[in-house]
Amino acid sequence: MTTLTEAPLASEVLGEPKKRRNLLPYILLAPGVLWLVIFFLIPIITAVSASIQTGSLDMGFKVTWNWANYSSTFSTYNTEVVHSLIYSVACTVICLALGYPLAYFIAFRGGKWKNLLMALVIAPAFTSFLIRTIAWETILSDHGTVVRIMTDLKITNLMDHLGLITGNHVLNSPFSVVFGMVYNFLPFTVLPLYTSLEKIDPRLHEAGRDLYCSGYRTWRYVTWPLSLPGVIAGTLLTFIPAVGDYINAYMLGSPNTQVIGQVIENEALRDVFGYPIASAMGVILTFGTLAIVLAYVKKAGSEDLL
Amino acid sequence: MNTLDAVGDLRLTGLTKRFGSFTAVDDLDLSIPQGSFFALLGASGCGKTTTLRMVSGLEDPTAGRIFIGDTEVTTTKPYKRPVNTVFQNYALFPHLNIYDNVAFGLRRRGVKDVKKQVDDILALVELAHLAKRKPTQLSGGQQQRVAVARALINQPQVLLLDEPLGALDLKLRRQMQIELKRIQTEVGLTFVHVTHDQEEAMTMADTIAVMNAGRIEQLGSPEELYENPATTFVANFLGQSNLVAGTVTGKEDGVVTVDAHGHRIALPAARSRVESGAVIIGVRPEKVELIAATAEVPAGRNVLTGGVVSDASFIGVSTQYLVKTPWGQELSVFEQNTGKEIFRPGTEVALHWDASQTFGLDGSQDIEAGAEIDDEAAK
Repeated sequence: MTTLTEAPLASEVLGEPKKRRNLLPYILLAPGVLWLVIFFLIPIITAVSASIQTGSLDMGFKVTWNWANYSSTFSTYNTEVVHSLIYSVACTVICLALGYPLAYFIAFRGGKWKNLLMALVIAPAFTSFLIRTIAWETILSDHGTVVRIMTDLKITNLMDHLGLITGNHVLNSPFSVVFGMVYNFLPFTVLPLYTSLEKIDPRLHEAGRDLYCSGYRTWRYVTWPLSLPGVIAGTLLTFIPAVGDYINAYMLGSPNTQVIGQVIENEALRDVFGYPIASAMGVILTFGTLAIVLAYVKKAGSEDLL
Repeated sequence: MNTLDAVGDLRLTGLTKRFGSFTAVDDLDLSIPQGSFFALLGASGCGKTTTLRMVSGLEDPTAGRIFIGDTEVTTTKPYKRPVNTVFQNYALFPHLNIYDNVAFGLRRRGVKDVKKQVDDILALVELAHLAKRKPTQLSGGQQQRVAVARALINQPQVLLLDEPLGALDLKLRRQMQIELKRIQTEVGLTFVHVTHDQEEAMTMADTIAVMNAGRIEQLGSPEELYENPATTFVANFLGQSNLVAGTVTGKEDGVVTVDAHGHRIALPAARSRVESGAVIIGVRPEKVELIAATAEVPAGRNVLTGGVVSDASFIGVSTQYLVKTPWGQELSVFEQNTGKEIFRPGTEVALHWDASQTFGLDGSQDIEAGAEIDDEAAK
């Protein structure tokens, strides 16, 4: 009997520190969870709720389950939604096409210069995003050297024919918008690509060559599949900010190149009745992007992309 | 298997590779008969791996030519050579499972139906049950066998093995040595095996080439190299040797006599590389016996007197002695455990051995060559 009475006592004594240890993960998680609740969950709920309200700044807004905000968004601003999609997809594809060879070169041919080269890729980010974009506005302006050379070489003619620019004006065109986006987001593509390429053991390339693969086929059957995680991460890190970006369209574009971000800004800040519409578009942008990303990851995760 | 009918000797002529001012492989001439198990043995940096990489095409020779049979492949791209490699770290493709790793070479050559061949080769290396696993889910020994299967399935005329057992622990390595030898006998392909492990080379290979500083020091069967080393490097690198400097004093009836630090040593003329002047005599530690300094030496044997035991390690089957000679050299002796008395350190002893077990080397060489490297490689 003595042993039976002693046993619970022992566990009670031990129970104290055990309980505290169980709490520790939650204590450590708390700041992050709190951050997400305040700066993510509440704003999302607010936005969703605002998107189904009616009213104005003077009268106040009320939830009226006004789903018409969504349908009117689509009918009014479908051009801007399409612009956002086309520009961000074009930006992502061009970033991948430029970034992959760059990351490949640095990872496999960079040698002792690897770190310096990567620092150069990231270096522009030390200047403000806004200032860099304004700089391009100046560089691409009609009387700048760049446009003069492009005009002399008839490049502007060609681009005009392709519908990328109008006449000799490089600025305020779909071309300049996508150009600015590519410039600004390229490091986001290169960084994860470089990380995944750099991890690949060069001896796997030798194994590929030993097993009847030419240079291209070694890349196709060995390097490419092994770099896919980097491709997925790089394209997502580029696409997600690009689809919501409006600075490039605002600085380098024209009224004809408006994107969804600009509409949200206009509706929210300039139109007294625009709050619900802006919210509806914000919700569409957020969940639309999420849906595209999920579909992409699912597709990329399977062997289809290989 | 029609490739086996053709004469497929691997021949290297004047093969040289320089990296800047460093000569990794120096004017190498070598002929490896088809179907043999050939080992390139040497310490790290001796040029053996570079030689292998030139045969596989992953490295371009600075000079010289490579032939497989009558076909020159010196400048052939690696993916067009009838040669496959088992890499040192296996280099299995981490994104493919075992089946796809093994099928890789066949598929790249456009073979449509690979199933039967892959199943057969996986059965040969006894891994059929693991076909769906990823390489990282396999043990080192299993990965090694996948690497062998991935190369063998292509039926290359020459299979190159680059330190294939280096990453395995000792017990597994012994097992894999036997396994590889079995596979080689079964498929009958030419295996060229690069290793720094002399025991591994001797266990598996029909012919061994000992490489040093980009050149081949000696080429022959394991027995030949062990019993009749041509240089002090081979004598020290391949097993252990007791080497003592001396001068040839005469030769008659097929016996060379040598004066070594005042001792008269006799050795068969057939086993002596020199017949006059400076000589280095050698004898393997397991052929030497010890007797107390006061005891009488049996007739007809070579004797070195005046030794003092400086170390005795009893390891069960044998006792390993280090004996300090009057001229300051330390000689080693392995005595089999036949119930004889064990000499304690400090005991004065004489060394004696059968004169016919003595070999003689050119006396102008460094007597220590290859000794330190072997210690390093044995780690």
